[in-house]
Amino acid sequence: MADLSIEFAGIKAPNPFWLASAPPTDKAYNVIRAFEAGWGGVVWKTLGEDPAAVNVSSRYSAHFGANREVLGFNNIELITDRSLEINLREITQVKKAWPDRALIVSLMVPCIEESWKAILPLVEATGCDGIELNFGCPHGMPERGMGAAVGQVPEYVERVTRWCKSYCALPVIVKLTPNITDIRTAARAAYRGGADAVSLINTINSITSVDLERMVANPIVGSQSTHGGYCGSAVKPIALNMVAEIARDPETRGLPICGIGGIGSWRDAAEFVALGCGAVQVCTAAMLHGFRIVEQMQDGLSRWMDSQGYASLADFSGKAVGNTTDWKYLDINYQVIARIDQDACIGCGRCHIACEDTAHQAIASLAQADGTHKYEVIDAECVGCNLCQITCPVQDCIEMVAQDTGKPFLDWQHDPRNPYRVAS
Amino acid sequence: MIDTLSHLPRPPAGAAELADRFGDLAPPLTARQAALESARCLYCYDAPCVNACPSEIDIPAFIRSIQQENVQGAAQTILSANILGGSCARVCPTEILCQQACVRNNAQECAPVLIGLLQRHALDHAQFSEHPFQRAPASGKRIAVIGAGPAGLSCAHRLALHGHEVVVFEAREKAGGLNEYGIAKYKLVEDFAQRELDFLLQIGGIEIRHGHRLGDDLSLSELHQQFDALFLGIGLAASKRLGLAGEDAPGLLAATDYIRELRQSDDLSQLPLAERCTVLGAGNTAIDMAVQMSKLGARDVNLVYRRGFAEMGATGHEQDIAKANQVRLLTWAQPQEVLLNDQGQVRGMRFARTRLDSGRLQSTGESFELAADAIFSAIGQAFDGQALVDPLAGELKREGERIWVDQNLQTSVPGIYAGGDCTALGQDLTVQAVQHGKLAAEAIHTHLMRNAEAA
Repeated sequence: MADLSIEFAGIKAPNPFWLASAPPTDKAYNVIRAFEAGWGGVVWKTLGEDPAAVNVSSRYSAHFGANREVLGFNNIELITDRSLEINLREITQVKKAWPDRALIVSLMVPCIEESWKAILPLVEATGCDGIELNFGCPHGMPERGMGAAVGQVPEYVERVTRWCKSYCALPVIVKLTPNITDIRTAARAAYRGGADAVSLINTINSITSVDLERMVANPIVGSQSTHGGYCGSAVKPIALNMVAEIARDPETRGLPICGIGGIGSWRDAAEFVALGCGAVQVCTAAMLHGFRIVEQMQDGLSRWMDSQGYASLADFSGKAVGNTTDWKYLDINYQVIARIDQDACIGCGRCHIACEDTAHQAIASLAQADGTHKYEVIDAECVGCNLCQITCPVQDCIEMVAQDTGKPFLDWQHDPRNPYRVAS
Repeated sequence: MIDTLSHLPRPPAGAAELADRFGDLAPPLTARQAALESARCLYCYDAPCVNACPSEIDIPAFIRSIQQENVQGAAQTILSANILGGSCARVCPTEILCQQACVRNNAQECAPVLIGLLQRHALDHAQFSEHPFQRAPASGKRIAVIGAGPAGLSCAHRLALHGHEVVVFEAREKAGGLNEYGIAKYKLVEDFAQRELDFLLQIGGIEIRHGHRLGDDLSLSELHQQFDALFLGIGLAASKRLGLAGEDAPGLLAATDYIRELRQSDDLSQLPLAERCTVLGAGNTAIDMAVQMSKLGARDVNLVYRRGFAEMGATGHEQDIAKANQVRLLTWAQPQEVLLNDQGQVRGMRFARTRLDSGRLQSTGESFELAADAIFSAIGQAFDGQALVDPLAGELKREGERIWVDQNLQTSVPGIYAGGDCTALGQDLTVQAVQHGKLAAEAIHTHLMRNAEAA
């Protein structure tokens, strides 16, 4: 079986599956249960200065799919609402009892050097393996000048990272907020400040739904609501892109990345690793199903790695980064055309109506004698957009087949149709 | 009470227990089940299920409305195509119609969306403050509908919708036709048929006159003169006869007669019970008869058919219902002789074994006897010849014994339309009758309005 153990930014762990800083890592009881279940590490829920934060009720809401499956999850919970002393004592005990697991402590204190200088030695004394700077929390804390309020200002990110590097010897992971325009700016700032790694994404500003009877958004607190932080499966595409943006940025080359955002299966995790992550963090999936999910994640990942001949995560980490590029470098001459497997087709007509109404009128609906319809691709009209394949409810029924156009690789930069093309 | 069965005992079970046994065969979906099931619909385009529905209900649209918590909208979509969608949801053989055609009923999945139950869910839960369809301004036209079964009621509703005045002539005490008198009790429970009728009539402009029978006190010629158009939805009122000696002996009865009595009974424990019961036939009526007698407490119920399972009119689903109710299905045997006891009452039947010989049904020469306290014949319905005796009725072109109609449901006599089981068009199904009535109403409306414009 493949070796899932990792060393990430100097932190060793038996597997790359860590629990993100969040309610599942709020206290010793949960963290011990997580370690018993097999998690390779945890990022302890964010500590702050005393007096501890106070939370409201209710706190979570969700964006549901048709079968009530949770597509996205939203929370308005603040950082730990327990005292610093209790948290530090529990962290010390847990790390002592579970020395092989990664135990990282998430931190958020005001953007004042003295505040960081005061808390860092206390945290380091717990024996933890590293710290993660919570520059991403998008709800509540930014109103107090912390969380995303720091992460959105590159100068603050750099400055606080530097303080942490100077006042403690532990690896420093900077957790980035996605609520910005260009994630690379924040990553570069962390890099300049001396960060050992970045982790991303934190949650996205969100309102998941509105109660139309009470005319208030969810989650409801009394008769009001406020925006929360969005996470869960729905944010995975956003997270993957931001991870890739950093992974292929020459300015931060080599900076370890811990992937976060909608990871719930081994495949999700593998995708983050392929785009350059050395470890991943999970929260929502565990909150919905419990800590046991890590068993299938470990088993699935190691079996898949075996099937691919990867002995360790390093063998495929970042392997998809080189193939992720700017639009202008894509091959204009590449062409795929949809092909419908008529034996697999169940005759739902979705490909036809999608293409007919909203794409390129490239799928003919042929009425049959028995009243049913047969669907055929009109090759000459198909631009290879993938829409039919996406709306098709049958796995592998529609295949996008690469065509041999006989044309050489040509990107937009060199395309004669581009008035601003690079002179060849 | 049914005189010819008065010598039989009563069911040992009490009224309450029997009522319980005759409860809903297919219980309704819960809200959660409806949400899950509606999410399974793939919202097909040119959907095969719609193509398979004789009444052309926009199934993907109504299921999507259910999924979006809009049962009212779902119900309106159903009712706009099929005003008797509630009973069709319960009695339709969906396994050979919409659910057979469902794209999720393919070889890989074998699990069609439960369209019938979803349709029922929408109609059970929709709450309309007023009738969901409003009548067009009065047209001044009057149309007579003969027969208040599914075809006639559907026709009447659609005509009323278009602003016409409709008089429905019905021979029986209640309107509803087979929904009221002919469907197994556990498929259409309680007074559903009457509640559906009340809802249908809320549109206004429909008057039902009971106790009038064509060929009795109604003449087609007179109606033709009195009304702007006629619609015949007279069904197949007669039961086919066996053509055997002793056919009218006590203990032998048409299944439809017994089912009608059962459906109208307030106390099932007062019905005659055939402890050993033989049902002849292989259609849904035969199954309904056999299963209901079994539920009443019969200990030995045999359904006998002269051909094989594959040729049975009853669907596989119906056959399964029979088996689940301890009904024995005997094939390849045809009635040969009614056996009577000393009092001249039925004591059983002798059957000839049959087989197919070059495509023709032949007797093998063997025979066997089956003891029975009563025999119920369900070998098919026939045209009631008495209905069409006046001179104008005699002009109606026939197709076989049934009334010939064109695709617009018009008979060979201008101004007279027909639909449902009395015509040869399509399948003998409630949903087909509803569609006939609807299409005939549209054709009548188009015709009358064209004439009105021309005048």
